[in-house]
Amino acid sequence: MSLFDVFNVSGSAMNAETIRLNTTASNLANAESVNGDVSKVYRARHPVFQAMMNSQSGLDDDQDASSGVRVMGVVESAAPPLQTYAPDNPLADKDGYVYTSNVNSIEEMANMISANRSFSTDVEAINTARDLLLKVISMGH
Amino acid sequence: MFENIFGIHEQALMVQGQRMGVLAANLANADTPGYKARDIDFAAVLSQNQGDTSLPLAVTDGVHITLGGSDSSPGELKFRNPYQASLDGNTVEMPVEQAAFSETNVRYQASLTFINTRISELTLAINGS
Repeated sequence: MSLFDVFNVSGSAMNAETIRLNTTASNLANAESVNGDVSKVYRARHPVFQAMMNSQSGLDDDQDASSGVRVMGVVESAAPPLQTYAPDNPLADKDGYVYTSNVNSIEEMANMISANRSFSTDVEAINTARDLLLKVISMGH
Repeated sequence: MFENIFGIHEQALMVQGQRMGVLAANLANADTPGYKARDIDFAAVLSQNQGDTSLPLAVTDGVHITLGGSDSSPGELKFRNPYQASLDGNTVEMPVEQAAFSETNVRYQASLTFINTRISELTLAINGS
């Protein structure tokens, strides 16, 4: 574990936050998507983060400090889609209903802000580690 | 004469670097469900590296207590006690971690400054100008 690990750890976190931002963008873009088939309607997606223990240092997992982040998977929200009666809609089913995606725009906006903050923190950590290492290189000059 | 010219700062720099890595891992996992924040006990590691002068109690059985009350060896990563538990089991508290990170940053730079000053002194002594 050294200062160099900060680059790997924070880098993996930035990658995970980027995936989170991507799903948020996808969710917000499809917030108003409709479909006549309830099984095919767009459902909000969210990534699941997991700590990535790195056992290269020979320590057991509990003692290994370098734990980056990885996206274990992307899960779809189980919330029910909104059912609307719109017989004029060409996508409506035989009873005249369309289904709107279950994306909660407010939740997605909050999610986006949180991802933004976390990303900034990771960038800050990398910048700090870089500054310190540059100072170590110029030690004694 | 030159084996200990930097004093405590040589080891301090190493431990602060390690601590920075641990804190960066905490910050990176701020959104990971179930992640437990960890930290290094800086004073414990340093006293271990410096050669602790206090005599330890011999532990020949698992039920024996150790002097000082701490049952884990210094240098081990310890889990942080959160001020406010969160529902997803994550114990990373962003302000706490950020404060610790910037503290480590300052301490690291302080050690670097001490080492640099020492180098300047020695260079001055060698050149004699």
